[in-house]
Amino acid sequence: MKKGLQILGLVLMATCFNVQAQENAGLTLPAGFKANLFAQNIGSARHIAITKLGVVFAKLNYPNKEGNSIIRLEDANQDGVAEVISGWGKYGGTGIYVKGNSLYATSNEAIFKYELNSKDEVVNPLSPITIVSGLINRRQHESKSITFDKGNNIYVNIGAYSNACQTKDRTPGSEGMMPCPILDSAGGIWKFDGSTENQTYKDGKRYATGLRNVVGLDWNTSTNQLYVAQHGRDQLNTFFPKLYTDAQNAELPAETFYAINEGDNAGWPYVYYDPSQHKKIVSPEYGGDGIKEGAKEFKEPAVAFPAHMAPMAVLFYTGNQFPEKYKNGAFITFHGSWNRAPLPQEGFFVAFVPFKDGKATGDWEIFANGFAGIVDGVKVTNTSKAKARPCGLAQGPDGSIYVSDDTKGAIFKISYNK
Amino acid sequence: MLSKVGKTVKVGCFSTMLILSAHFVKAQNLINGKKIFETRCLVCHQSDGGGVPNMNPPLDGSTAVKGKDIARMVKIIKNGLDERVAIDGMYYNNAMTAMPDLKDEAIADVLSYIRNSWSNKAGLVSVAKVKEAQIKNKSNKK
Repeated sequence: MKKGLQILGLVLMATCFNVQAQENAGLTLPAGFKANLFAQNIGSARHIAITKLGVVFAKLNYPNKEGNSIIRLEDANQDGVAEVISGWGKYGGTGIYVKGNSLYATSNEAIFKYELNSKDEVVNPLSPITIVSGLINRRQHESKSITFDKGNNIYVNIGAYSNACQTKDRTPGSEGMMPCPILDSAGGIWKFDGSTENQTYKDGKRYATGLRNVVGLDWNTSTNQLYVAQHGRDQLNTFFPKLYTDAQNAELPAETFYAINEGDNAGWPYVYYDPSQHKKIVSPEYGGDGIKEGAKEFKEPAVAFPAHMAPMAVLFYTGNQFPEKYKNGAFITFHGSWNRAPLPQEGFFVAFVPFKDGKATGDWEIFANGFAGIVDGVKVTNTSKAKARPCGLAQGPDGSIYVSDDTKGAIFKISYNK
Repeated sequence: MLSKVGKTVKVGCFSTMLILSAHFVKAQNLINGKKIFETRCLVCHQSDGGGVPNMNPPLDGSTAVKGKDIARMVKIIKNGLDERVAIDGMYYNNAMTAMPDLKDEAIADVLSYIRNSWSNKAGLVSVAKVKEAQIKNKSNKK
């Protein structure tokens, strides 16, 4: 009998905790915001895009169990949860973007275009138009993320297939190549025309360079400028233990957010950004010692975030639902680090960067946290234990924002209640 | 009669010592292996051996780590690995660093450690086995 009561007690406790965990889908948000699960288990959902009718498209890193790599999700009954779900496509990838009546999606080598009908259904799922192909994919930093300017130009990230452009990647003692030959075809942002078919490198233009790997990028329509978030280099302590301790590596270099103008050079692989010195420091592969400053011509970041948190998507908020301070500010998802080990990991949240007079104020804040499923105050030690890792970001027609998770494939919808 | 007891005691002591020393070797093996793991492997493969999804493969539960092909594991540690290969059905994008400086003893210890950590329970790897693997890898190269 006593044992029975104990079990009942445990069950009740478990139920209570479960209910509690479900509030706001387990997320911690600023006052007045609420979150719910718009979708679950759709596959490795990387970037997401939303049409004017509110239909959500998610690009999967790999085809899911049904064999689809682009998922269409519709909340026809307007209860905040998608119930009409379909998919197609066999190619894994990250980028997806809705532009007018077109849906663009990327593999790790190419950009494809689909047409949408008046119900935002894809007309040609099996026969997309190839807009660009032949982009470099050598496994490392293979994601091709896309955004558009106000016109019809596509900006695509081509990540560097390297950590620090060493002659032999991630090998102790291997020097940095000078000049870094990777930058001719990767390590930057390329610009292509959004409607010309079958383009290759020669039809595009290197818009910005010296960017190791940008997964998150967005066009700031209020200032008419491209913003990108870079994944900084790894393993300073592993390869240069005499120059960097484990604790220093955990904080170096910053994950940097840049306001990009055509022709900008952010300095990878020659420099990295040290957030405590507020300086661009020469990379040790190029003769740096942790103190020597790099060339002044390299771009200054608009915001420097803690190291290794892995920014995955940028979204300039243009909606009217959220309080005024969010208008024209930037949301950034952080996937969560691995290279802070043996120190605890950081990230696994959505940050908000306030903008004032068209410029980022450095006072960024955590907007949504708790994706990793770890109780507040407890850090993730091992990256693979995070239950969800924030990846894609998109704004719905009602001004809610959506955040995708690429571990199991949840999509969180975050709204504001006055 | 007395000498027989003495003999039994002697044999007993000897076997105990053998067992103890075997345990000691095993413990020392794993202690050394843990040190090497922490300085060379942990950052990418993580302290729980869980790796990083899409980037660095897990060691915990890995078929190859627990498997019989020691020569392949030795080769990966010595030469690194930078190819698109499926690891238990998944793909990982970061290059594994080559560690040509690791001595045979260190490779044996770290392999023994990763084969007997977290949920992994596989045989220890002896220095002789690592040497044998290197010879095998060299002849395969030719």
